[in-house]
Amino acid sequence: MNTTLPSRLSAADARHLLGRTGFMPSPGEVSAWAGLAPDEAVNRLLAGARRAEPRQPAPAFTREPIRPPLRAQGDVDARKEALRQLRADTVALAGWWLQEMRDSPTPLAERMALFWHNHFATSVQKVRQAQGMYIQHQLLRRHALGSFRELLHGVARDPAMLIYLDGAANRAESPNENFAREVMELFTLGEGQYSEQDIKEAARAFSGWAVDREAWAARFRPRQHDRGDKTLLGQRGRFDADAALDVMLDQPAAPRFIVSKLWREFVSPVPDAKVVEPVAQRFRESGWRTDVALRELLLSPAFWAPQNRAVLIKSPVELAVGTLRQFEIELDNAQALVGVTARQGQMLFSPPNVKGWPGYTDWITSTTLLDRKRFTERLFRAVEQPRMEMGRGMQPGGFGVRFDAEPWLKPLGAWPDREPDEAARGKLVEAVLATAPVHPVPAGTVGLSYLRAMSLDPAFQLK
Amino acid sequence: MDRRQLLSLGGLAFPALSWAQAAASAAGRVLVLVELKGGNDGLNTVVPYAHPAYAQLRPSLALKADEVLRLDGALGLHPSLAPLIPMWEKRELAVLLGLGYPQPNLSHFRSIEIWDTASRATEYLDEGWVARAMSAGLRESARFTTEGVAIGSASLGALAGANAVSLTNPEAFVTQARLVRPAHVQGNAALEHVLRVESGVLQAAEGLRGPGAGAMNTEFPTHNFGQAVRATCQIVAGQKGKGGVPVFHLTHGSFDTHRGQLATHANLLKQLAEGLAALKAGLVEAGAWERALVVTYSEFGRRARQNQSGGTDHGTAAPHFVMGGSVRGGRFVGTMPDLDRLDGNQNLVHTADFRQLYATIARRWWGVNPETVVRGTFDLLPFLEV
Repeated sequence: MNTTLPSRLSAADARHLLGRTGFMPSPGEVSAWAGLAPDEAVNRLLAGARRAEPRQPAPAFTREPIRPPLRAQGDVDARKEALRQLRADTVALAGWWLQEMRDSPTPLAERMALFWHNHFATSVQKVRQAQGMYIQHQLLRRHALGSFRELLHGVARDPAMLIYLDGAANRAESPNENFAREVMELFTLGEGQYSEQDIKEAARAFSGWAVDREAWAARFRPRQHDRGDKTLLGQRGRFDADAALDVMLDQPAAPRFIVSKLWREFVSPVPDAKVVEPVAQRFRESGWRTDVALRELLLSPAFWAPQNRAVLIKSPVELAVGTLRQFEIELDNAQALVGVTARQGQMLFSPPNVKGWPGYTDWITSTTLLDRKRFTERLFRAVEQPRMEMGRGMQPGGFGVRFDAEPWLKPLGAWPDREPDEAARGKLVEAVLATAPVHPVPAGTVGLSYLRAMSLDPAFQLK
Repeated sequence: MDRRQLLSLGGLAFPALSWAQAAASAAGRVLVLVELKGGNDGLNTVVPYAHPAYAQLRPSLALKADEVLRLDGALGLHPSLAPLIPMWEKRELAVLLGLGYPQPNLSHFRSIEIWDTASRATEYLDEGWVARAMSAGLRESARFTTEGVAIGSASLGALAGANAVSLTNPEAFVTQARLVRPAHVQGNAALEHVLRVESGVLQAAEGLRGPGAGAMNTEFPTHNFGQAVRATCQIVAGQKGKGGVPVFHLTHGSFDTHRGQLATHANLLKQLAEGLAALKAGLVEAGAWERALVVTYSEFGRRARQNQSGGTDHGTAAPHFVMGGSVRGGRFVGTMPDLDRLDGNQNLVHTADFRQLYATIARRWWGVNPETVVRGTFDLLPFLEV
């Protein structure tokens, strides 16, 4: 393995860093970061993401009074209407978030919110409360690069999570194990780091929480809490929910588990235990600061090693948002993207189960791959419409997209109405693909069709 | 006039005999795996209604003895499963009792991995058990259109590692395959994966292209599972004279009923039974029922005792259904786990290993060596005529 970091970022280095920590960068973004020292660039990324605020207000429904639960609706029609509203609200929320991802000057903040949404996967399908999903989303945003410990405690009493993993139905008399199991398996320790008995004891510690659906707040009901002694992960005490979470975080497996997951998100599919271990130590010593762990990973030689480039697969959200950002394609309304990513297997606020989207090669099946290719093909066909009649202005397209091709192509030495020459071809590859293309673009392919052909190359799926 | 036209004209039931020749080759057979996602509650599916412990363990969840569809003096089906009764009576449906494995893992994700890869609880394998059957000789027995089709789920499950594809709509799949170009598979693991999927798409699209099945007369339920069943039947019907698709993987659920189980479960089982009944009708119409085997499975059953939320937590052993023209049906295979003898987690103790099911399929259905498929020697289960 390459053991050194670049002293200054080349264009390819900048592209790698921005592609991994954000969505795909445009050539303009790349040139703004090239030339920085790696620690300068990483510090700037983290500082920007810590300060990030959404650019647009969230959909109006998030500020309305909490909606009554679906089952409180009197008759079938009212229930149907409430269900329709729930779907519309969820799509509006997902569309808003995708638009933020498209426009954000600090895309790492959005990537981290998405990372935690996948880690603490919670689905609106069971929660059935779009406002509740937004409240959870704010929690994830607030702690996205801060203390993982605070985030975990917050999630454990987040109403959406209490409903999703049946924490709200966990009573002393007969505990419901759902949250207790998943919090150890998926949120803190990983499989094999606890016993079935630990799950039972943890379920007792978590008993007594309920959700006040009118106020959308977690409430502790002391009479439904098991106040007895518990033995959890070798420790004995009268643990309540917070104490049980801290017992879990005391396990050496906990920081390793989170750092390994960050590794798989940002570095490569297989974490290197030798690097994970010291990063995990720093992570814990820092008071569980996610930004500290992430900084260590991004400044590790493994992140920059040539053999770890183009080894990850874009998620559907990264593919959709990344393609728009990469080509500086503007979008009227990101709601259309909600359906696009859903068909490719990633409906925001609706992960398949509590393990979240498995990712990596699981993103690519024959069904989803064809959908991914269909997306970029349609996108480019939409912007390819005869530009001659339109003059040099922005062009309307099928997705409500606009692409001003000439200023994008020109700095790379290419033109919308010409086949790129050899030098321009090299620059286009560097701007569009994380690695060499599998197929050469057929001779005679002109301008935007050239970009469309590149987006259909298998290498376009990689980052 | 071919058989399909005959059927659509007359709706006649053909005698099994005329298909005995077609079914003679293991390669012409169709296996349909139906995954009940999330862990189906076996005790409320095949109900030990006469056992006193059943009602005691489940004060509000137990089905009443007079609502279950009694199959014998001890066991009956959930009332939602009524559409399966005709198959039971025709002896085309058997119930395998107590399927599980030693040292059960109650994690959804790990447990389904164990079922999909047919691994021991302590070993981690990458390939699905179907892929191992392919390399054990099934692949050599025919030039399949594609080695498996997963419908309605992104993951290939037991088909992982085989040359298989996932799709939702066969016609759309064939049309969209034009976006893929042939390439030599090489590169890092991620790129190789993409290229392997592309090559699978090209091969499958070639075999699925053509007039296809056209419209079928069978009516399929409109829910997702019913539509997956429709796609399965269309592909089977369209494969006449082609390589064929030996394995289908369908999913239904989620059966993860930690709370308020009664209504959810009833609805899921209703959809399941409607889908399976339509699957039979469609496969009969396609002329494939005699050479088809349909198997349900799930990562685990659920806890014997209900929890306080009117649901059930993660359990272990569960019964499963096998059906098809070659099934020795109308009977139970194996032993019901004892409700009076639960394990340390208060879960049922399995009485049959799920790998016995796979070994039986490997040996009797495909004629390949079961030991390479399930990595060990397991007694076969007597549920097949073939």
